[in-house]
Amino acid sequence: MADTHQDSGSGGDIDLSQFYQIFFEEAGENLDLMEQMLLNLNLETADDEELNGIFRCAHSVKGGAATFGFSDVAELTHQMESLLDRLRRHELQPNAAMVDVLLESADASRSLLARHQSGDEGEALPTTDLVRRIAELAAGGGVVAAKPVVAPVPVPVAPPVAPVAAPAVVAPAAVASNGSRALEIRVGPLERPTQADAIQELFRDIPGLGSIRALDSGRSDTRLFAVETASSDDDLLDLFTFHVSRDQIQISDKSAAAAAPAVASLVNAPVADPGYGFFDDLPPAAPASAAAAGPAAVAVAAEAAAGFGFFDGAPGLPGTPAPAVAVAVASPPPASVAASASVAKPGVKPAAAPAAQPEAATIRVAISKVDQLINLVGELVITQAMLAQNSRALDPAVYQQLLTGLADLDRNTRDLQESVMSIRMIPMSIVFSRFPRMLRDLAGKLGKKVDFVTQGEATELDKGLVEKITDPLTHLVRNSCDHGIEMPAERLAAGKSETGTITLSASHQGGSIVIEVRDDGKGLSRTKILNKARERGLDVSDQMTDSEVWQLIFAPGFSTAEVVTDVSGRGVGMDVVKRNIAALNGTVEIDSAEGYGMKVSVRLPLTLAIMDGMSVGVGEEVYILPLSSVVESFQVKAEAVSTVGQGSQLVKVRDEYMPVIELEKVFQVPRFDFEKSSDIMVVVEADGSRVVLLVDELLGQQQVVVKNLESNYRKVPNVSGATILGDGKVALILDTGALVRRTRH
Amino acid sequence: MSVILAVDDSPSMRKMVSFTLIGAGYQVVEAVDGQDAFEKAQLQSFDLVLTDQNMPRMDGLGLTKKLRELPQFKSTPILMLTTESSDLMKQAGRAAGATGWLVKPFDPVKLLEVIKKVIR
Repeated sequence: MADTHQDSGSGGDIDLSQFYQIFFEEAGENLDLMEQMLLNLNLETADDEELNGIFRCAHSVKGGAATFGFSDVAELTHQMESLLDRLRRHELQPNAAMVDVLLESADASRSLLARHQSGDEGEALPTTDLVRRIAELAAGGGVVAAKPVVAPVPVPVAPPVAPVAAPAVVAPAAVASNGSRALEIRVGPLERPTQADAIQELFRDIPGLGSIRALDSGRSDTRLFAVETASSDDDLLDLFTFHVSRDQIQISDKSAAAAAPAVASLVNAPVADPGYGFFDDLPPAAPASAAAAGPAAVAVAAEAAAGFGFFDGAPGLPGTPAPAVAVAVASPPPASVAASASVAKPGVKPAAAPAAQPEAATIRVAISKVDQLINLVGELVITQAMLAQNSRALDPAVYQQLLTGLADLDRNTRDLQESVMSIRMIPMSIVFSRFPRMLRDLAGKLGKKVDFVTQGEATELDKGLVEKITDPLTHLVRNSCDHGIEMPAERLAAGKSETGTITLSASHQGGSIVIEVRDDGKGLSRTKILNKARERGLDVSDQMTDSEVWQLIFAPGFSTAEVVTDVSGRGVGMDVVKRNIAALNGTVEIDSAEGYGMKVSVRLPLTLAIMDGMSVGVGEEVYILPLSSVVESFQVKAEAVSTVGQGSQLVKVRDEYMPVIELEKVFQVPRFDFEKSSDIMVVVEADGSRVVLLVDELLGQQQVVVKNLESNYRKVPNVSGATILGDGKVALILDTGALVRRTRH
Repeated sequence: MSVILAVDDSPSMRKMVSFTLIGAGYQVVEAVDGQDAFEKAQLQSFDLVLTDQNMPRMDGLGLTKKLRELPQFKSTPILMLTTESSDLMKQAGRAAGATGWLVKPFDPVKLLEVIKKVIR
């Protein structure tokens, strides 16, 4: 992204459409971030930082929309920005109506953007009403009428705000001269970076100057130091200029960040409405660098960046007088780094600890590229396994070097595979972030009061799984709100607080991820479920354990809700949830105490691309069973299997009869050696039932790279995928769920 | 009705195999060794060949190889029914083109099951 800078500086005659996609993504992220912050906003105690954050989101979207000529979005977000501007200046007190209209406007902006993205097809959403409502609210203070709608000019405007920003910003670093301070000093770019090493020697030579530690600057021509000192910036600069020139030194004061809000508003005031224009990725850089530089610095950085456009930290650029120090305080990383950091996931609360280094930047790549990489690594793993298998026959004494090399290859391949898989891992916060809004609307509709708590948002999960788990989770959260949490009055009567709590948590447990949806509502009623089950003719008894009773709600069409609401409880649902999760090789468990709430735990494998499998031999074939569904295995005598009506076979295992499936018959496996037969039973569990599979032999456990059979061949009954074995043969991965289901009728 | 060519140099074994197969409703043609079987195979087609391994003139594997060269026997199931049970012999049988390997003494019920499976 940084490399587009130069082009954008060349004038207004370039084709902007090449940046549309980036803008759409950024705008979406900003709107998401804004929504999240609006939802978290506490109306009574809203602080500057929160309000500024929300303002910045609207501001960034407006800037981009105007630049790219999406005037409808620009107009709407301009109105939002005006309202938010008055809020952050405390000219107005935020209220629920404002939050509502801002949320609605965010939705409207999204829909307008979506329309632009799809080539301006269809009717544009009318926004005049929203614009009017915002204007009314913005005028609410009565002091100033809403600003007239300014059609923003889509040409670069670069007012020389530098002189304003620079002196104001220099202040904190210079002022805080007493006591020890933690500084970051960036030196460069230098022709000979070793020049800077002399600075380190200064600290050694001069007693009482403080301590210095070299950091990784990310650039070969620049040095970065962490310094603790009691000396003032000016003193330090005087010292350093013995070795390097003054304008190559940038000092940023980490401890000054806390003192900066005042400065921020100071800067914001004169730079009321900086030109927005050609800085493609600069405005959105603000939320990203927020994590690193602290809230105040961000406001400065955003304004400064919006004002300059060429503010990439390179000294000596025409028209940017004495940029070094200004940049140093405003935003420690050079703008080019901040720009690439702008793709960092938004949703990081700007209040986050300033621990993350902006150098830990992210890049955005097409998912198809990642998938291709994963595919290739999969092939590599298979090739490696083949080599390993073929080399087993070699004499270690003769081929020692080759075998050592193969062992290294084995280890490296595994490491590579792990690293590549981790690229696909994305944090659960992507899923979690959709729920606050949903719950807010839902609770409002139902007249309930609900607090939403999330835990373990940073837990990572394969992207493919994240996409597939979203719907089941939405269902569970909706159920909790609709059926779990009671009406406020009911809760008070039960001695609970008026507001219910729904907790969504994610954590790693072994090789799985466990996602829990908890609520402190009324919980499941054993009697109600049992009665309902009897009504429906299900086979139940009072002796069933709790967990067996809870499993009943997964039966198709089962709902104990007395009133069918338009939210959930139509009687379809839990069975679909369970089936969807089982399709991901996952399991669902329920825990509940009547009157106290319930907890649904979803356990999923970390990824769909690799699976722990047990390979079994049947006749001439090898099949893979998902290890997660294998319960036990043992040798069986033919007489233990009894045949009942219609040729179904049953086997008695510890007083329990289980249906028997002969894989040889199901798949019509060819067999050469009829001396052997399927006399090993493997008990597998899926969909809450167990069946026995008859196989010839257990070949071992191994990680297999899962290949989709449907996209490479066609859908095959009872098979969920395929893999390539070490000897190059294809083995089918059995769909245990489907095998269990075929015994049910 | 499926026709089976049963090949064995031992008259008692031939009798026992024929008895089992005819009892199960198959039509059986007997041959006394590989050479005899190969000559009979050129006169009519069979749905299955069930052959011993160790026989005078032509053994079971030799018969299998020769049969596989005939177009009409390209995909006819050929089962070996023999006392040989070493993996090496089984591999040789696989290579010669046999469909399956059964070890004597045989269990009539199992023999019929296997035949049913391979005859399709």
